[in-house]
Amino acid sequence: MNARVVSPRTLDDALAELQGASADTLLLAGGTDLMVEFENGRTEPRHVVDVWALDELRGVRAEDGGVRLGALTTCAELERDPLVTDVLREAAREVGAVQIKNRATLGGNLGTASPAADLNPVLFALDAVVRLRSAAGERELPCAEFVTGYRANARRPDELIESVLVPARAENERRAFRKVGTRKAQSISKVVLAIAARVDGGAVTALRAAAGSVAERTVLLPSLEQALAGRAPDAAAVESAARSAVRADVSPIDDVRSTARYRRELLFRLLKRLLREVLA
Amino acid sequence: MKLRFTVNGAEREVDVAPLARLLDVLRDELRLTGTKEGCGEGECGACTVLVDGEAVMSCLVAGCQAAGRDVVTIEGAGHEAVQQAFLEEGGAQCGICTSGMIVATRAFLEEREREGKPATVEAAREALAGNLCRCTGYGKVIAAVLAAGGETR
Ligand SMILES: Cc1cc2nc3c(=O)[nH]c(=O)nc-3n(C[C@H](O)[C@H](O)[C@H](O)COP(=O)(O)OP(=O)(O)OC[C@H]3O[C@@H](n4cnc5c(N)ncnc54)[C@H](O)[C@@H]3O)c2cc1C
Ligand code: FES
Ligand code: FES
Repeated sequence: MNARVVSPRTLDDALAELQGASADTLLLAGGTDLMVEFENGRTEPRHVVDVWALDELRGVRAEDGGVRLGALTTCAELERDPLVTDVLREAAREVGAVQIKNRATLGGNLGTASPAADLNPVLFALDAVVRLRSAAGERELPCAEFVTGYRANARRPDELIESVLVPARAENERRAFRKVGTRKAQSISKVVLAIAARVDGGAVTALRAAAGSVAERTVLLPSLEQALAGRAPDAAAVESAARSAVRADVSPIDDVRSTARYRRELLFRLLKRLLREVLA
Repeated sequence: MKLRFTVNGAEREVDVAPLARLLDVLRDELRLTGTKEGCGEGECGACTVLVDGEAVMSCLVAGCQAAGRDVVTIEGAGHEAVQQAFLEEGGAQCGICTSGMIVATRAFLEEREREGKPATVEAAREALAGNLCRCTGYGKVIAAVLAAGGETR
């Protein structure tokens, strides 16, 4: 490995290093995805910017409209921090074993953009917004737009993920999260699902859901949203909405962890169960 | 790169490739072969060490990221009570997983103590979920963790 590796101490130094970078330049955070890829040869490092020491990208703070999470915030920190609530805390808790959670970062989960990522469905369902920084400035984009395909995202080579803003829970908004893997700890999702919803006066006034491991990327479930918007969420409506989402919004595959058929059935059942929880 | 860091309380300096795994730096450069490699991909926990007090998989840590940090391996001090408990409870058989188990147990018990929470079976199982063992069936490992917890409290 003859990679050029730099470990900047400040954000400004990191952004300067990224200026004019090519697609070959890799950002290294906790390394729980990348170190495996280096070891098995799937990724050949040439130019690596190690951002782990950038404390400016760490930490959780309350902000107008929600909670801002630094890109380097680890899953262990998300699990511990009192400002991180409900579904995001639950999802962070399920990312691997303790040793993984101590290193696995929020920015890395978004950065890898794996279809099986556990934090991403939550970020999508809550309509979280990612902030990207470069020497030229910053821009923001919904997390659901940041992830563009199978392990692909909208980051330019000169940018890094600075932070994510997770919107505060609206009054009477309810949220739910569920991950199903092979075993309780340290397993990659067969299906992972997050939902946020509001019911006012007996009708669904807001609904956003996102699922992982059921398509080439984490996906929103627009058919579900359309089928229930403005409706009374009775059992029949929920069942038919879940059915249309499983038919139209996902495209699972057979792989070593599961089959397409099982994943569709599982998603259908999880949708019904979680919708019952949030729409009750 | 010249990597300067603290290992088991002593300042060390070694010449390594920046992306060399901390696991290899410890075993090959510093000859601290108590830390084991099981899978090399973060799944088994055999390579668990403490970095700044936190349990991590040393096969996933790049050497450059250890610069200036405080690393504790199975060869370090402070694991004695946990080691004794593994001995007495029969928590080790072939031993490949044992250094990782002991280091992870120490991190777990220290955290419990900091938070003033007891080391329950449930919590111990969760804390060691990333440490795989092909021999013991885990029963005696968990018994050892609980015994050590009783001793340090
Ligand atoms: C044993 C094991 C179990 C795992 N279990 C789970 C699990 O249950 N659920 C789950 O979701 N994941 C799991 N993972 C995957 C991994 O831990 C997560 O995806 C984690 O969030 C990656 O974060 P990292 O900081 O380690 O990323 P790195 O490996 O450092 O980087 C990952 C990618 O993100 C990019 N990146 C990192 N930081 C930034 C930034 N600030 N700006 C822009 N790009 C950035 C990198 O360039 C790289 O492409 C597991 C991994 C292992 C090894
Ligand atoms: S060798 Fe590091 S986790 Fe298996
Ligand atoms: S004692 Fe042999 S693997 Fe655990």
